[in-house]
Amino acid sequence: MNELIDFISNNIQMIYIVILMIFVGVEIIGHVPAVLHTPLMSGANAIHGVVIIGAILVLLGVNPENYLGQALGFVAVLLGTLNVVGGFVVTDRMLEMFKKKK
Amino acid sequence: MEYIFSLEFIYLIASMTYILGLKMLGKPESARRGNLIAAAGMTIAIFGTIFLYQGEVPTFIYVLIGTAILIGTIIGWVIAKKVAMTKMPELVSLFNGMGGASAALIGLIEFEHYTGHKLSTITIVAGIIIGSISFSGSMIAWAKLNGTLNRPLRLPKYNLLNNLVIISIFVFAGFIAWSGTDSQFLLYILFFAALAYGILFVLPIGGADMPVVISLLNSFTGLAAALGGFLYGNMVMLTGGILVGSAGTILTFAMCNAMNRSLVSVIFGSFGSSEAPMAGSESQ
Repeated sequence: MNELIDFISNNIQMIYIVILMIFVGVEIIGHVPAVLHTPLMSGANAIHGVVIIGAILVLLGVNPENYLGQALGFVAVLLGTLNVVGGFVVTDRMLEMFKKKK
Repeated sequence: MEYIFSLEFIYLIASMTYILGLKMLGKPESARRGNLIAAAGMTIAIFGTIFLYQGEVPTFIYVLIGTAILIGTIIGWVIAKKVAMTKMPELVSLFNGMGGASAALIGLIEFEHYTGHKLSTITIVAGIIIGSISFSGSMIAWAKLNGTLNRPLRLPKYNLLNNLVIISIFVFAGFIAWSGTDSQFLLYILFFAALAYGILFVLPIGGADMPVVISLLNSFTGLAAALGGFLYGNMVMLTGGILVGSAGTILTFAMCNAMNRSLVSVIFGSFGSSEAPMAGSESQ
């Protein structure tokens, strides 16, 4: 129990951000027309590619002797880049299609 | 101090572009610009992380990062540009899986550095579980939309089986976190069990429901990214991840509504309308 209280008081800023961001996320998807559901999903997909920053931090902090860590970190950065670049480019193409239809 | 400030400042700008970008994606006239704004925010966050990093880093690590980003950019760009318009949803699933895998790998590498820190270990095992489920689930969803796996595949009593598997995964993860073990072997068992659950989770769901499943897995990956942010105290991962997690969840419900289905009936597999649960005998 003490551990939990310590945890909350030590991380209160992050807890604030988490809670506020949950509300922001809910509000943003208020009344989105159904045709935009797939591009929106795709855009959100690209944004969670932010995980690549964690992968980069892993590699920046990895022990130079830890070859397995370097190999896995390399793969993690590669996959994260795919998520980011592929995600944004695909979303752009979807929306491009939209314009032509109109 | 000035240095920390500038990186934090970049992260703040990036977080704002994600919110703004998602907001603009919700309106047809501003959607495309919204996507570009979020992409710009992501770019500055990535370069800021690399170039403003504090600490001694051997040059070959920078080469490693640069190579990974270069290869990933080329492959991602080419695939995304070349694929046929009708194949877009499955591509989203594929890229979503990549993000999930990335989050799981981060957990696998960082585990040994946080042995004994209970809360960090919980964050790490949760990231591994969610990231792996998102990865393997997305791969199955991708294969289904692709036509490779075109029929819902149901093991006998699959609802019971799936629930047992996920409960055992949580119990096992709890054991790893509370025992304070440093065993990589146990961690890899957890990793593979979560991968297996992702497959079991998506396999029984029909192809028509895949967009909903992809959206759900999308918000899972967001959560996994946010857990990584929590671990490092990294604000941009936290905001981006939580934002996608919550927006993705709401979007999943919106997509269910648009299809006149309930999320429960999608996941627990009753065909047709949600009022007539055909698989009711199995789900309850």
